[in-house]
Amino acid sequence: MIRRGYAIVAATLIAAPVSSWAASPPGAAACLGCHTVAADGSPVLPLGNFTAEQIVTAMQAFRSGTRPATVMNRIARGFSDEEIKAIADWYARSKTK
Amino acid sequence: MLAAFGMPTARAATKAAPRVVVIGGGFGGASCARLIKSADRGIAVTLVEANPTYIACPLSNAVLAGLRPLEQQKFGYDRVRADGIEVVHRKVTAVDARQRTVRLDDGKQLSYDRLVVAPGVDLRFDAIPGYTEAAAEVMPHAWKAGEQTLLLRRQLEAMKDGGVVVMSAPANPFRCPPGPYERASLIAHYLKTRKPRSKLILLDAKDAFSKQKLFEAAWHELYPGLIEWVGLSSGGNVTRVEPDTRTFVTEFGSHRADVGNVIPPQRAAAVAALAGVADQTGWCPVDPVTFESKLQPGVHLIGDAIIAGGMPKSAFSANSQARVCATAVVDLLRERTPATPKLINTCYSLVAPDYGISIAGVYQPANGLLTDVPGAGGVSQLDAPKSVRAQEAVYAEAWFKTITQGVFG
Repeated sequence: MIRRGYAIVAATLIAAPVSSWAASPPGAAACLGCHTVAADGSPVLPLGNFTAEQIVTAMQAFRSGTRPATVMNRIARGFSDEEIKAIADWYARSKTK
Repeated sequence: MLAAFGMPTARAATKAAPRVVVIGGGFGGASCARLIKSADRGIAVTLVEANPTYIACPLSNAVLAGLRPLEQQKFGYDRVRADGIEVVHRKVTAVDARQRTVRLDDGKQLSYDRLVVAPGVDLRFDAIPGYTEAAAEVMPHAWKAGEQTLLLRRQLEAMKDGGVVVMSAPANPFRCPPGPYERASLIAHYLKTRKPRSKLILLDAKDAFSKQKLFEAAWHELYPGLIEWVGLSSGGNVTRVEPDTRTFVTEFGSHRADVGNVIPPQRAAAVAALAGVADQTGWCPVDPVTFESKLQPGVHLIGDAIIAGGMPKSAFSANSQARVCATAVVDLLRERTPATPKLINTCYSLVAPDYGISIAGVYQPANGLLTDVPGAGGVSQLDAPKSVRAQEAVYAEAWFKTITQGVFG
């Protein structure tokens, strides 16, 4: 019974739309202070434009300073590889909804 | 007998929808209400906010400088209602954290399983002798956007060329740490372009301030000789004001103003004290994972009112906290354990219309507070080219659009 319960929870996570905050990894929700998911004409790039790999690559480049930035270099330094991966995966899943 | 005391127990037994009441409809409260509802539509959410129109503070310094109409700062709650949230424009007169009830000024009582309080700040009219609510009609604070912003704007417009604007900034902590310096900058921009023989004196109750090197470099570059900043150790602490003559009295002397702007010390807004969630400092201690009060179980707090450790009192912080708090409230109602969060703050300041600077931080719980993640965050590069300043000014406005769309749109 318990196993079946977990399976249902896992299925819910995979199908989670971006509004399902309970399922977002640490830090993911905070991105939406500046970024949107779908394009809305903002000069701040919408996260739904990118694959998980693109988000990971960008964040690592911001963190190491190899990609020019105004503020993302300062923010990216606050996240580990694992955290960046989890956030990137979550946005990549969310945009398909 | 237990069931008679415990509303949550009674509800759980009858499987009624869990009830959340949110007090305060700003960047923290309105977001939190909507995020709780969107995460779990089975939760009944009521938002209590006294005012039918929200007037946002971020960018209101641009209104003072004549760069932006106040109308662009105003937001309503139609979209919040459309989410299925009950929005009640009433004042809270009592909170009973034991019985889990909130009483409104029409006598109605709301019961809750979890309460979120996002009250913002009250300006302290007991802190600077002479600075009363009546004095604020002569020497505006303009630290809550609205009529006060327009009043200060009118005074600046009416001032003669060659006049002296005097501002005072409080000691920490207060809402929007870079705000007084952004304000000085944008007023200086107005004076430079319209009343170039005028001067601005900023009296400060501290010796250091947010983004100080960036502001000072920009003032030197853009407004040479126009802004005089007087720190605490040079006599910046205002000990009294005399509204009749618009005079600021400090430990070292006095300054007579043509236009006087007093940014007084602040505390968590009164409803925090009503709910018993403010401590002797006037601010509210919270658990950094759930944002639950350390003083009253079942009551969560977000935004300017809380003791947030490294996180500054900003709209971005309040919004970032709202996201974490909403998740925690839903988890707790559904008997799940909230995960350890990570939060971000980014605050832009305009030094001129095309000159923006920023401070950012990443935060995580440590030692019972929200603590800066080591190595992350910081301010804009001191020697950045003009193109970067212009880009940050564009991002400042883009941020405002995105965040207000998220909260109210």
